[in-house]
Amino acid sequence: MNLFRLSVRNMTSRPLSTTLSLVLLTLGVGMIALLVQVDRHIQQQLQNNIGEIDMVVGAKGSPLQLILSAVYHIDKPTGNISLQEAQKLKRNRLVEAGIPLSYGDSHQGFRIVGTDQQYPELYKASVVKGALWQKPFEVTLGATVAMKLGLDLGDTFTGSHGLVDGGDSHGEHPFEVVGIFGYTNSVLDQLILTATESVWLVHHHEAEITGIADAAEEPTQEEHAHEHEDTGHVHAEGWEVPDEDQQITAMLVKFRGPMGMVQLPRLVNERTNMQAAVPAFEISRLFSLMAVGVDMLSAIARLIMMVAGLSVFISLYNALRDRQYEMALMRTYGATRWQLVQLVVQEGLLLTLTGSLLGLLFSRIGLWLVSGLMEANYHYAFGGWVWAAEEGWLLATALAIGLLASLLPAIRVFRINISKTLADA
Amino acid sequence: MLRTRSLSFAYDAQQEFRFPDMQLDAGEKLLILGDSGIGKTTLLHLIAGLLRPRSGSVELQGTVLQDLSVQELDRFRGRHIGLVFQRPHFVQALSARENLELVQYLAGRPRDRQRIEAVAESLGIGNKLRERPHTISQGEQQRVAIALAVINHPQLILADEPTASLDDKNCEKVAALLEDQAAATGAQLIIITHDQRLKERFTNTLTL
Repeated sequence: MNLFRLSVRNMTSRPLSTTLSLVLLTLGVGMIALLVQVDRHIQQQLQNNIGEIDMVVGAKGSPLQLILSAVYHIDKPTGNISLQEAQKLKRNRLVEAGIPLSYGDSHQGFRIVGTDQQYPELYKASVVKGALWQKPFEVTLGATVAMKLGLDLGDTFTGSHGLVDGGDSHGEHPFEVVGIFGYTNSVLDQLILTATESVWLVHHHEAEITGIADAAEEPTQEEHAHEHEDTGHVHAEGWEVPDEDQQITAMLVKFRGPMGMVQLPRLVNERTNMQAAVPAFEISRLFSLMAVGVDMLSAIARLIMMVAGLSVFISLYNALRDRQYEMALMRTYGATRWQLVQLVVQEGLLLTLTGSLLGLLFSRIGLWLVSGLMEANYHYAFGGWVWAAEEGWLLATALAIGLLASLLPAIRVFRINISKTLADA
Repeated sequence: MLRTRSLSFAYDAQQEFRFPDMQLDAGEKLLILGDSGIGKTTLLHLIAGLLRPRSGSVELQGTVLQDLSVQELDRFRGRHIGLVFQRPHFVQALSARENLELVQYLAGRPRDRQRIEAVAESLGIGNKLRERPHTISQGEQQRVAIALAVINHPQLILADEPTASLDDKNCEKVAALLEDQAAATGAQLIIITHDQRLKERFTNTLTL
């Protein structure tokens, strides 16, 4: 038997108040740690995925929606823009690179993105199996897609219209898996990449079939008549795409220098039918929107921690009041005043430490759940379970609260009048 | 050897207690009798060093208690004095055995299971060691309290009304146990009581 074991036994001998203190501490610490972690993971993910993209060009609409859909692939596209107009922008001397993106279809909830081969380079993705797509209807899968769907080289699947599982199937155009990327910890892991032409051809053919079916009243009838002419723009081993269908959803733009940031977004927004959005700017706007909620929650969590401190204090104080006699008794058996102080403070710290550790555990479970939820809804997962510096501070704060809560009971036990306490009992 | 000299104590200005000097050699027993309110418990607390006297001194085994600091006094008391109170009290969260282990620890002695077993056996509570003290009978609790007082081989055992709440049969038993334990460790035994039943057991009595 020693003082530490006695502290533990004292805690467990009053299960109700100990449990209350622990629950409050777990909630307070857990909530703050969870907020810190989720905030950090989201910021990291968002920053990561911006990579070297300076500007996104897409159809007019909400700039945030454009960024969310084109960079993060978690929102609906704003519409389509003409490839020609986008190409014109790409030739601007301030532009270093422009990556076309065509999206809107998916397979089992994973987005099919038509693009060129600069896109995987943006995320420094390397092919671990097979190769990059070379012609339409060949796809290279993001690592998570391949893992989750269990697809391998040579497998085929069909895309469906829309971004959620269960849209109309584009049955007549199966995609073939020719390659699989390694993990990049970016949005790329969640995507199915193919040639831009694939997306065009899928939709072009569908339009054609619809056109034949409703031949009489279809206003695009005339256009369809021209579709079989070789427009000469895209020659992909026999696949032909007519010019007027050459639309893309968005273009990711990288500038040559800082001047691009000054001139190009304004130029695009004022002089073209397209919209330019700057990811860094939109994301900081999103953060400031989120910050209101995060601040609110963390204020509540801090309040809970304070209540937890109060609960530890009351628990220690009541225990001491009930056991004044025990303390006096221990003094008669040779315990010094400092040993009794140690006993009380130790109990306070033990309570707060246990509560804090439970809180951190709770936050990790929460993070895991949130991560699972994010993955299910947005195909985003949090990677890397690291300690945040804030969590160290959180632990220190909790222990300081424990120390503070045990201060008054400790002073009281230090000044105990043994003789009087024994005589009164 | 225990020796007190011109001890006096006052809780307030009106009432001052003055106590006769006493001297006790190793193995000697003393019964201090007196009515309520005469300062019996005060005297016991003075001898045990729980109170500081207004004047006078207590000397045990050559150490004058008044010369010690608060911390030294706590340590000295833990090692050399065993106290038994009228109503037994324990550390509630611990079993009887753990209480005994705690008292060994607080006195700075190594844990000695054999000693605990031996003392418990001699007090007839060998089978109660696992129980929490407040769950066993009053008489058994008093025996555990005696075990706590003697576990560290004290030179002096002080008992404050140890028999007041016990019936005749248990009163005899507890008195006998205290004497046996004191004899076993060669300790001096002082019992302070108003219980006249103990009078005939002791030859050495002091009436306040």
